[in-house]
Amino acid sequence: MKELDTALLDWFDERLDIRRAVEWARHKQVPVHRGSVFYYAGGVCLFLFLLQLASGILLLMYYRVGADSSYESVRYISSKVAFGWLVRSIHSWGANIMIFCVFVHMFSVFLMKAFRKPRELTWMTGCVLLGLCLAFGFSGYLLPWNELSLFATKVGTDIIGQVPGAGHWLLKLVRGGDEVTGATLSRFFGLHVAILPALLSLAIGAHLAFVQLQGMAHAEESPKSMPFFPNFFLRDVMLWLVVLNAVAVLAVFFPWELGKKAEALASAPAGIKPEWYFLAQYQFLKLLPARILLIPGELWGIILVGAAGLLWLLTPFWDAALPRDSKEAAVRLAGWGSLAALIAMTLWGRWS
Amino acid sequence: MRLLTRKEFLNLFLGGGALGLVGSTLYPVLRYLLPPEQVEAEPDALKAGAVKDFAAGTSKLVKFGPRPVIVIRDVKGNFHALTATCTHLDCIVQYSKDADLVWCACHNGRYDLSGKNISGPPPRPLTRLDVRVADGEVTVVKTA
Repeated sequence: MKELDTALLDWFDERLDIRRAVEWARHKQVPVHRGSVFYYAGGVCLFLFLLQLASGILLLMYYRVGADSSYESVRYISSKVAFGWLVRSIHSWGANIMIFCVFVHMFSVFLMKAFRKPRELTWMTGCVLLGLCLAFGFSGYLLPWNELSLFATKVGTDIIGQVPGAGHWLLKLVRGGDEVTGATLSRFFGLHVAILPALLSLAIGAHLAFVQLQGMAHAEESPKSMPFFPNFFLRDVMLWLVVLNAVAVLAVFFPWELGKKAEALASAPAGIKPEWYFLAQYQFLKLLPARILLIPGELWGIILVGAAGLLWLLTPFWDAALPRDSKEAAVRLAGWGSLAALIAMTLWGRWS
Repeated sequence: MRLLTRKEFLNLFLGGGALGLVGSTLYPVLRYLLPPEQVEAEPDALKAGAVKDFAAGTSKLVKFGPRPVIVIRDVKGNFHALTATCTHLDCIVQYSKDADLVWCACHNGRYDLSGKNISGPPPRPLTRLDVRVADGEVTVVKTA
């Protein structure tokens, strides 16, 4: 008599060709060299996305969107529901750590020059994923409807209003009116729980499909490699466990605060700052004078940050166009330079 | 006594760890999904309104603690109070003036004015509450 697990595997194999997938995974090789540790960053981002999905669905069971109910329902989750404080803190910490890991993944890919042909589209879908993660962070920040989130959203959306021509129209579209109100809250909620998850799932699907089709980039000439399954995969899972524990420890010992409920008629509290992942742009905007060459400073801010983002997205193409002898040095300079500038501006924003 | 082999020990260690992980994840999730108890005390008596608001052959639904209660003034002018949740599948019943009985629209269950299930699917009668009329006020009182 055949063992049950073999019988089950056979049943699925006859229908879905499972063994071929396992065989393929076994043959897939991951290069081993001193930068290999960064190959795990993408997997950690994926794991954190799944953790956000699970904790977000749990929060949806009690969260009630609305200017009169959002804050109250989050307070109810944090104070009355069993383990509600844990679920909420895991969602908040998970979001921050996920964005951090996305940055680590992105810069390591950049510095290993893994964006080069044939991986241009993998790089570009990755940039789209970064944008979506930031949109997730921005929209989710408003949902507890507290003082900080209200002002962060006022400022963040006001910048959209500076876009020449379409600014006012865009502002109304995003806010659901002229001001940040319950209508904005409803829109951000819809964005956060329906539109962004759909877009992110599509983008992750494409990103992962490209990675599987092309395999991992060989950053350095290395004769050594290990099979993706089970060797690399098990290391991946082990790291996920470490990350889960880290998030849990942070959530338990540093639970996320709720703050004061948002009031439409209250002054902005002193020392108000955006989340750390927007600090660099925030500091940059603060540095710009009110007008440069008759054009408002904020508009320059949008143009320059937008141009930098576009340049970053198109990295594989300008890299390919660079002369061969100066290429490596230029990319290294661009990578380390951007990373240093981002960290410096973030720290400056934090302590200014 | 036979000691565990290295492989058996590792399997036990890893299997136990995996079980612990699953348990320590599922327990908070399941506890989280069970909503906190909403303690809503059931009152002993509730004012249902003024007598003049109840014409003969009308009824009114009132919230008696967590439960809905139907207060009926029948065509002869007598007051009745019954729990309004159909004993079949939880629908809220209504008073039918023409038939002078309590009717559930969901599956055509019928009760008489004492709450007794008389036709259709309801398996049990509705619970009866006392009605006191004093100083022009109708009060529903839990039956002792």
